[in-house]
Amino acid sequence: MESSLSSGQLSGQQKDDLMDQVKQQIAVANAQELLTKMTEKCFKKCIIKPGTSLDSSEQKCVAMCMDRYMDAWNLVSKAYSNRLQRERHRM
Amino acid sequence: MFESIKNNMPYSSDDIVSGTPKEGDYDLQEFLLMEKQKAQLNAQIHEFNDICWEKCMDKPGTKIDTRTETCLNNCVDRFIDVSLLITNRFAQLLQKSAM
Repeated sequence: MESSLSSGQLSGQQKDDLMDQVKQQIAVANAQELLTKMTEKCFKKCIIKPGTSLDSSEQKCVAMCMDRYMDAWNLVSKAYSNRLQRERHRM
Repeated sequence: MFESIKNNMPYSSDDIVSGTPKEGDYDLQEFLLMEKQKAQLNAQIHEFNDICWEKCMDKPGTKIDTRTETCLNNCVDRFIDVSLLITNRFAQLLQKSAM
């Protein structure tokens, strides 16, 4: 992208910094969202009756659940983008 | 932080298409608009995944089996179908009640 600078505006460097910052904050927000969702879903799936500690089978379940949640996320993302493409073709 | 950017975007997409860039921040506007769209897409995927995980997932195993994969695929498509159906029918109901 060519930067079109004019007087009194952000310099190219400032603009680049701002863009980087925005990108980073979005990435952080995304990771937080995923983390919150995974915690909620995997707690629900794996901890049926909360005991005095997180036992090893629960820990294993949570680890697996995390991996599967991310797999599911990727599958859903692909399914959605396929659908968007199909809808675009129909128009 | 992102919310405030989203809500305070000074330019609409119309400006970008038709107008001349105000104050020379054309590339910045374009960048923010793109990022906004990406973020919305991402939020949508999070929502679908939330819903379809509940519908399709049994106990998490070592990998997602084909049955679950098919379920996830169908879940996304059917959810969108339902959303479209309800939107259309709701619009019809509104139209009818307006006449």
